[in-house]
Amino acid sequence: MNNIAISVKEVSKDFKINHSKSTTVKAHFVSILKGKKDRNIETQHALKNISFEIKKGEFFGIVGRNGSGKSTMLKILAGIYQPNKGSINVQGKLVPFIELGVGFNPELTGRENVFLNGALLGFSEAEVAAFYQEVVEFAELGQFMDKKLKNYSSGMQVRLAFSMAVRAEADILLVDEVLAVGDADFQRKCYEYFQRIKSQGVTVVFVTHDMSAIRQYCDRAALIDGSKLIDINSAEKIAKKYIQLFSEEKSQQPLSSKQTKRWGDKKATYSKVSAELVDNDKNILISATVKANKKVEGAYYGFMISNEARQSVLGTNSMIEQVKAEALKMGETISITWKFPNIFNQGKFYVELALMHNATQVSDWWEDATFFKISNEKRTPYIVNPKTEFTKDKMWKV
Amino acid sequence: MRQTKERYRYSIILLKQLVKTDFKLRYQGSLLGYLWSLLKPLFLFGILYIVFVKIVRVNYGVENSGGYLLLGIVLWSFFAELTSGSVTSIVGKGDLLRKINFPKGVIVLATGFSALVNLTLNLTIVAIFIIIGGSSINFGIFIVPLLLMQLFILSLGIGFFLSASYVRLRDISHIWEVIMQALFYLTPILFPVAFAPLWLQKILILNPLAQLVQDLRYILISHSTVTIDDVYIDRPYIRLVPVLITLLVFITSVYYFKSRSKYFAEEV
Repeated sequence: MNNIAISVKEVSKDFKINHSKSTTVKAHFVSILKGKKDRNIETQHALKNISFEIKKGEFFGIVGRNGSGKSTMLKILAGIYQPNKGSINVQGKLVPFIELGVGFNPELTGRENVFLNGALLGFSEAEVAAFYQEVVEFAELGQFMDKKLKNYSSGMQVRLAFSMAVRAEADILLVDEVLAVGDADFQRKCYEYFQRIKSQGVTVVFVTHDMSAIRQYCDRAALIDGSKLIDINSAEKIAKKYIQLFSEEKSQQPLSSKQTKRWGDKKATYSKVSAELVDNDKNILISATVKANKKVEGAYYGFMISNEARQSVLGTNSMIEQVKAEALKMGETISITWKFPNIFNQGKFYVELALMHNATQVSDWWEDATFFKISNEKRTPYIVNPKTEFTKDKMWKV
Repeated sequence: MRQTKERYRYSIILLKQLVKTDFKLRYQGSLLGYLWSLLKPLFLFGILYIVFVKIVRVNYGVENSGGYLLLGIVLWSFFAELTSGSVTSIVGKGDLLRKINFPKGVIVLATGFSALVNLTLNLTIVAIFIIIGGSSINFGIFIVPLLLMQLFILSLGIGFFLSASYVRLRDISHIWEVIMQALFYLTPILFPVAFAPLWLQKILILNPLAQLVQDLRYILISHSTVTIDDVYIDRPYIRLVPVLITLLVFITSVYYFKSRSKYFAEEV
């Protein structure tokens, strides 16, 4: 019992969404006249019967998609929202890191904001004064402290806010993923800080949908989806489950023709399109079946890969590859494959297929015919990410 | 127990900073700055003095009619500032409410203490008027803090109620404006109590604001001021009625505020 930092028992949270926006007296009267309950009020179940425990000193992740209820969970842990059912028991001082620089006022100077933010974190004026100099140095804002916050760059504001936040003497820290917004250097600083306080025995609850962060930092994690707790397990297992959840959903509703653009005279059409990693993830293989519904003269085939940002990454066609265009007989079925090296960065990639005939006639052009996912240990900010080797050797002077 | 103490400490720290911030921000960028807190009631007083004392020649039945009028205006300004300031105070801090859990009452208290700082400044001007006007200060002065406390509690109580109800019902700001207009004339700020027939006086003086303004005038300005004791001669216990109203307003409002405050973050 004593090593539990937070225990959540059968917590449910509903939000009442008022569609009629009746926040005026008139509307209230009207709704009273119409009958007791306003029909336009809809109840949204943000969390349903959630229970878990977080141990002291644990780095605990809460993962879920947007709208899954994970941020609501965090706000309930922080005491900002009250659960409709269930209870929360928190042992120790809890500090929420839902946003940096809570209460920062642009009209006040940096100095004044430090004291205001300090008060919100629970520090008296004397306490803030004692560490004020350290904050200024940590934020590297020496000569700006008497300027108004509105004249700060956003980077300066974040630096100041972060220098304040790290002061909070918490037993439990709640961290929302919004914190991870910022440049790489800042993110690194954040995570370094979390690692440090973790080694001091502080419990960290971390809400995110960045699985690499979960894998890297968390001991355990909880997966929330559709307002329900799906699983609590080691970070690695939860991360896997989360990704599975995504792909399951995708396979349940294959790219329907409504969403995807597909056009052509349908003299011959693609079917059974798939894309997979082969040869120990070294190559990608796209395969498809082509069926000729009518006689097709001089058929040739093309594909193109685009990334999530819809940038075209690569593509080619059988003409470029100098494969002779041949006719397809009516009713004939052939299979085609494309194989190319896996040079991709982590992410999701869409496969676009084309079937042409008579040089310019489109028979079947299919955007988003299928997709594949790459998970890469190595990540670069560029479009492609081929296997790269780097060497260095000492050069000996003779 | 430890948690209650922590929470209390946190409230005090927060309250101090919020009042300070409010004071810093209020007159920021204005040339005369804090002086405006003094100048505004003074100008209002000047106008009303010329209209009511010099032109209309209202007889207040006291020697120092300037001080009489000014004290009334200063007290009213405090009440008006605190209550109207409270209306939007919770909604105005919505951003904060959604990000951090803190004792919500602190927001209204901060509005209250800001108004209290202004009242203190204004009362120093009243003090000057009293000295110039030659009102006699007597032992009654020791009751002044008690009466001011009653005024503070009354205004805060109303502030708690208004701020919490405004979260759900945005008409409150307009409704309160109208009520304030009515209250201004239901309180003997501009007109002497004796203007009204006795039966009306008996009702009007039960309004805690009227009772407070008249009591403070009685002690600080002139013993000729009509107080609740003069309206209800031989029935001194009636004096308790406005005090009880004050307490009732405060307690029910705080209760309402507390029961609503859990949901501010999601409703605001």
